[in-house]
Amino acid sequence: MSTATMTLKLKIWRQADNTSKGSMKEYDLPGVSPDMSFLEMLDLLNENLVNSGNDPVAFDHDCREGICGMCSLMINGEAHGPQKLTTTCQLHMRSFKDGDTVVIEPFRAKAFPVHKDLMVDRSAFDEIIAAGGFISMNAGNAPDGNAIPIGKETADLAMDAAACIGCGACVASCENASAMLFTSAKLSQLALLPQGKAEAAERAQKMVKKMDELGFGNCTNAAECEASCPKGIELSNIARMNREFFKSSLSK
Amino acid sequence: MSKLDSKVPSGKLQDKWEQYKFDMKLINPANKRKFNVIVVGTGLAGASAASTMAELGYNVQSFCIQDSPRRAHSIAAQGGINAAKNYPNDGDSVWRLFYDTIKGGDYRSREANVYRLAQVANNIIDQCVAQGVPFAREYGGYLANRSFGGAQVSRTFYARGQTGQQLLLGAYSSMMRMVAAGKIKLYTRREMTELVVINGQARGIVVRNILTGELETYHADAVILATGGYGNTYYLSTNAMASNSSGAWQAYKKGAMFANACFTQIHPTCIPVHGDNQSKLTLMSESLRNDGRVWVPKKQGDTRKPNDIPESERDYYLERIYPSFGNLVPRDVASRNAKTQVDAGRGVGSTGVAVYLDFADAIKRDGEDTIRGRYGNLFEMYQRITDESPYNTPMRIYPAVHYTMGGLWVDYNLMSTIPGLHVLGEANFSDHGANRLGASALMQGLADGYFVIPYTIGNYFASNMIDQSITTDHPAYKDALQNTKNRLTGLLNTKGSQSVESIHKKLGKLMWEHVGMSRNAASLEEGIKKIQSLREEFQQDVNVPGSDKGVNTELEKAIRVSDFLEIGELMARDALTRNESCGGHFRDEYQTEENEAKRDDENFTHVAAWEYTGDNKEPVRNVENLEFENVKLTTRSYK
Ligand SMILES: Cc1cc2nc3c(=O)[nH]c(=O)nc-3n(C[C@H](O)[C@H](O)[C@H](O)COP(=O)(O)OP(=O)(O)OC[C@H]3O[C@@H](n4cnc5c(N)ncnc54)[C@H](O)[C@@H]3O)c2cc1C
Ligand code: SF4
Ligand code: FES
Repeated sequence: MSTATMTLKLKIWRQADNTSKGSMKEYDLPGVSPDMSFLEMLDLLNENLVNSGNDPVAFDHDCREGICGMCSLMINGEAHGPQKLTTTCQLHMRSFKDGDTVVIEPFRAKAFPVHKDLMVDRSAFDEIIAAGGFISMNAGNAPDGNAIPIGKETADLAMDAAACIGCGACVASCENASAMLFTSAKLSQLALLPQGKAEAAERAQKMVKKMDELGFGNCTNAAECEASCPKGIELSNIARMNREFFKSSLSK
Repeated sequence: MSKLDSKVPSGKLQDKWEQYKFDMKLINPANKRKFNVIVVGTGLAGASAASTMAELGYNVQSFCIQDSPRRAHSIAAQGGINAAKNYPNDGDSVWRLFYDTIKGGDYRSREANVYRLAQVANNIIDQCVAQGVPFAREYGGYLANRSFGGAQVSRTFYARGQTGQQLLLGAYSSMMRMVAAGKIKLYTRREMTELVVINGQARGIVVRNILTGELETYHADAVILATGGYGNTYYLSTNAMASNSSGAWQAYKKGAMFANACFTQIHPTCIPVHGDNQSKLTLMSESLRNDGRVWVPKKQGDTRKPNDIPESERDYYLERIYPSFGNLVPRDVASRNAKTQVDAGRGVGSTGVAVYLDFADAIKRDGEDTIRGRYGNLFEMYQRITDESPYNTPMRIYPAVHYTMGGLWVDYNLMSTIPGLHVLGEANFSDHGANRLGASALMQGLADGYFVIPYTIGNYFASNMIDQSITTDHPAYKDALQNTKNRLTGLLNTKGSQSVESIHKKLGKLMWEHVGMSRNAASLEEGIKKIQSLREEFQQDVNVPGSDKGVNTELEKAIRVSDFLEIGELMARDALTRNESCGGHFRDEYQTEENEAKRDDENFTHVAAWEYTGDNKEPVRNVENLEFENVKLTTRSYK
């Protein structure tokens, strides 16, 4: 634990609502402790803003434990900031030095319009899931959990893919604003498991079609998504998705 | 006569639920389409209820605060979910799960509800596997189990350290399937501010649209609250930032009784508070106590580095006081003992409000790699937050508010004292008594949503006259809307000098001090007075900037905190009138000579359900006696 505090120069995107034009605003923030999380640093700024009669900066957050996927932010040009495999809420201020300038912007993509300041609309992800990111079964239908053994390796791979928190960093960091990593993670999880195989082809068709409709771009293999993903979702999921997709296109 | 009728069906404990399901009135499939249900909350309880009712044919309107149902607080649960599958063949059974839950709750829950919970738990695992939840598996491909939270059998199913996430994503995927099918209408970024009761029945809600600031009304034939727990009354807790009590509290103010408000679970292994700007506390899984040894320096105010303190000057107090359970004593016992050490001036770290959890001996015994295999993720998380490596220096931990067993009172049908208002998950008081066992909250939320409410809601519709000609044009909606409007205007017009956050922090300190890990009459009485005056301070001096148009995060918080300021008082009042110690509720006056909790079964084997009588008026305490026909009340001992 360190006790010395820092003063930071913050440059933050301010935008009143989704129809207004936004701009970058500068704030000096003293009293930042290295033990604070990045969002606690923003809390401190907001407390100052409120106490001086100004409008606090709106940003999304909830669990502050790196699991709900609600926090976002481009920090100095990087989705979720400089630390690998770490969401913004888990980033701590010891990653910065006294006097640093920190540029904070929303996740930007055509499919993620800004609501206010740093808050964006990621409901497009829900639409992709609604298009097919499920197994069609009703409660009460299920056989015993052990009726179909699933090899540990397969289960582990499915879990790797299922770890996606739906934050959208992959989209925000991609020059084409592609949602391939997100979509492929769900498709992979369900295609790997025997329970999800029956619908795998149809699912791939529907989710990919929805993704395109919503205005997400194509994948050109720049791999920025993988680098920015706080949960280590791998590009191999995209390859698996492409296989499912072509298989299903051929069978059409 | 008590106003509380638990509606527990007669018959043998083991047969009650099956028989009741058979006896219930049914709604035929074509008619289900004619009924509308509002579900507030999309955590495990709300999401599973919404998807299942939609699958059955009901029209569901689903509400949540976050931008997507997938982000509800349930997502953060780590450890696992219990069921009595007995896959490990270690002697587990529905009966044992039932018994452990009743005993763990210190005999303050209803036998019939808990038995049903244990019965349907196995169906939950099947349901989740079929949904594609990637539970941990053994090499042979079968589901893996671990032991958890003091149980003597391995009955906990898990998906790495992300069980809540995977279960919630399963329920969410089922929900989204029904959204696509047009059976669920999804309303995200909405916060319920009022319950609408017409002709004595819960029929609708008022919500604030968080994006536009507009107040909206929604109408249905029944309302289901699955809005989670009220742990954030303490400001600092392991709950998510938006977790709040408003849904339940506003229902209380419309006549739903609030039960056992003082039963709060304080989890022993959390990362300690580091400073005044801390916004929440992070849980470190309880599994760490399997290998970590808890200690403090024997000397008060010892500022040496932990590794410089020789063995002979350390007090491994849990091992010393509880030789047979040692570091594995239940949550409430571990928490209270940590507080005792800190209060005696033996706390560690820069704030002195922490104890050590030391892995040095485990690493020496099993090697660093083995320990990394077991706890690698947790150690990383700890290091990310504290910048210290538990491989080299002991972790610092301290108890934190984690879960609220209390909640809206419900009967066997999960219906509150307002007809038509059903309450599921952490928001109700039902199954955990005075203390919840690890991995049982996820089980309860999903049991309520997948397997109980889909039946009991049909019975409600089939047995009651519900006037379907009513719409949101009914004057009750105008009144409710106006109520909320007045409240918001009041908050915005106060224009005082204190931020919402700063008052919430003050409330948190009061709650922790007066209604925390151990309570006593004098301090509770003082606490009630202080909470009342803080509430006045809030009313006169809060500063909520901005307007009621558009996004206003300060206004959102202000609404929640104004409700916390009221529920906090009820929690204290409930604690003050429960003159015994049980589970998470420890009263200094009621302890054994060995400083253990002393229950008073003769006078307190009951649920206390509070009835609202008006603002700033004392609520009425109603009692539901708990009958134990199948288990014998015993005293817990961990020595
Ligand atoms: C860190 C942590 C770890 C845990 N680990 C475990 C574990 O391993 N095993 C276990 O069994 N339990 C665990 N628990 C407990 C468990 O996670 C919760 O009790 C459970 O998930 C609660 O589920 P729920 O559906 O009742 O409510 P929640 O998941 O809290 O959902 C509440 C929902 O209601 C909505 N809502 C709330 N208020 C309003 C309002 N006014 N208007 C509109 N919507 C509203 C929210 O948006 C959300 O959708 C853990 C808890 C924590 C904090
Ligand atoms: S793939 Fe990674 S970056 Fe993309 S939404 Fe999922 S967790 Fe976020
Ligand atoms: S706030 Fe939940 S992941 Fe960051």
